[in-house]
Amino acid sequence: MTPERERAIREGASHWLVQPKTIRILWWVSGVILALTVVAQLWIHVHAYFSVDGWPGFYAGFGFLSCVAMVLFAKMLGWILKRPDDYYIEPTQLAPNVLEREQERQDDNV
Amino acid sequence: MFEFVVPPAFILISGAVLVALARPALRPIIALLAPLITLYAVWQVPDGVQLTTTFLGYQIELVEGSALRRLFATVFALMAFGGVLFAFRQSKWYELSAAMIYAAGAIGVSFAGDLITLFIFWELMALFSTVVVWCGGTETARAAGIRYAIVHLTGGLILKIGIEGIYVATGSLEIQALTLDSFATWMVFIGVLINAAAPPISAWLADAYPESSPMGGVFLSAFTTKTSVLALILLFPGQPLLVWVGLFMIFYGIIFALLENDMRRILSYSIVNQVGFMVTAVGIGTELALNGAAAHAFSHIIYKALLFMSAGAVLYQTGVRKCSELGGLFRTMPVTTVCGIIGALAISAFPFTSGFVSKSMISSAAGYEHLGTVWFLLIAASAGVFLHAGIKFPWFVFFQKDSGLRPPEAPWNMRIAMILFAAACIIIGLFPNLLYSLLPYPVDYEPYTAEHVVTQLQLLLFAGLAFFVLLPLMKRTETISLDVDWLYRRAGPVLAGKIDRALTRAITATSQAILSLGTFLVKGVKESSYRYFSSRAPMGHTALWMAAVLALFLVMTLVI
Repeated sequence: MTPERERAIREGASHWLVQPKTIRILWWVSGVILALTVVAQLWIHVHAYFSVDGWPGFYAGFGFLSCVAMVLFAKMLGWILKRPDDYYIEPTQLAPNVLEREQERQDDNV
Repeated sequence: MFEFVVPPAFILISGAVLVALARPALRPIIALLAPLITLYAVWQVPDGVQLTTTFLGYQIELVEGSALRRLFATVFALMAFGGVLFAFRQSKWYELSAAMIYAAGAIGVSFAGDLITLFIFWELMALFSTVVVWCGGTETARAAGIRYAIVHLTGGLILKIGIEGIYVATGSLEIQALTLDSFATWMVFIGVLINAAAPPISAWLADAYPESSPMGGVFLSAFTTKTSVLALILLFPGQPLLVWVGLFMIFYGIIFALLENDMRRILSYSIVNQVGFMVTAVGIGTELALNGAAAHAFSHIIYKALLFMSAGAVLYQTGVRKCSELGGLFRTMPVTTVCGIIGALAISAFPFTSGFVSKSMISSAAGYEHLGTVWFLLIAASAGVFLHAGIKFPWFVFFQKDSGLRPPEAPWNMRIAMILFAAACIIIGLFPNLLYSLLPYPVDYEPYTAEHVVTQLQLLLFAGLAFFVLLPLMKRTETISLDVDWLYRRAGPVLAGKIDRALTRAITATSQAILSLGTFLVKGVKESSYRYFSSRAPMGHTALWMAAVLALFLVMTLVI
């Protein structure tokens, strides 16, 4: 990278990698590669340990579906388990008399 | 160089002590040389028991060599070197020194010929890894370090109870395959599994590691869990329970990493996930599976350290740890980005990386044994690894959105360490025989068949597609997820507080009751005594009382 380009990037110029055109090309290229890995099974015989894993595109479908299942499960678990990230950060523990004094001060202000 | 066998751990411990004592200018040289000399010493250890000594009246075997032990010690020494290289200009000397003793503990466990030696080095690791956590230097690091120490010292205690029980029952301290048929062997099993971050004691890892310094995390990622894997291979090979423990760890790691926002906590959960693969392999227990567990530990240490290095470099340069605040760093940190991506590909077992040649041994072992459920779960998990670590980590840290952060590239020593480890990931991936020749059993396994590469690519690339399709669901939130540590960080204190307050209330109520009873009596006597003992009281009452008193005297004289 040339120094000018580096400076331009620091100042916020759009990197070639994040331009919409590049992203569109990337989606197309990856789509073709995805298809190729499945089509390749026409020529390459996959030895099956069990029966279903010999089906064409088994790994593609199984990988995709198990990922969807895991993400959805994580999402559901998140509803139960997620907390704000200061959850464990305890407020400073003050002695009871200090708390009373603060309460009085607040009452006076009201 | 050495005529007799020097325990390699002692060399590294001496190095750590010298680092502490030496002039600041000499410290980096000693810290970098000590792991290399240790590595040389590791390769000089021949098979069999090499060094025995007496300790508290027991004959202990300080050094016992075998291919498996040398493999683990080798990667621990390499890791110590890589970690020091990554850290030596940024870390304080005491962090380096503690990390080196921590590594020495791991190497000591690798060569331990009996259970006492294993226990001593095990505790050395617990102590000095706690110091490394504390070197994070913050209040949260202090608290997390104390929780970490409590978990590991308790685990050590359980292990010690087991070792003592085994010695009492059998009179032998040999490290050999045990069966879970007595209280003592169960205690050893539990003690070892606590260090592997097995359920339900798994939260300590993701609690403590992310609180360490950017450099400390690199060391922490490597030693504790993997010595535990070695101990499992030596003590419990083929224990069927381990298959299910391992599978639980695998999915626990994936799900919690998917929920996480802190980049190093994502990587911490992914350690549990990867160790789960090794634990499952130990449970399967065939020669191929045990080879797979050992090989996977070797490649895992290198790519996981690489991932922690790239996360550490980002943290060091930006001070930001949350994925929701990071993004777009590839613009100014290209080396860190590329190395992070190589680590991420290796952990996902992409073809031509180290993870591919080691992890595939484990799933193949399950396939050859016709363990249907295990095999399908392992394949689903392999896709899940790409999802939670392979794409999620680099995507959210280096790409995602433009966070506006423009940190400079990592310092030169960090860059060199990352490049070396990235190169190691690829070299092992391209020349798997380098790793296979170090394995404990002869290897008759060819990872690079056309079908294997194609199926793995299908699996991973479609997992990647799932990631980008589901990206809206993966949006980072500023949250943490409750884990088992909630029990001792929240539920325990809350319950203790409730009990405390209930007891206080009970004490107050009881003393109030006693006082008011006393008041009632005194008041009664004061206000009502005239009814019985005054001139206004009826004569009959007085006569009755006199009779009662006289009767009392009579009874007393009869009795006494």
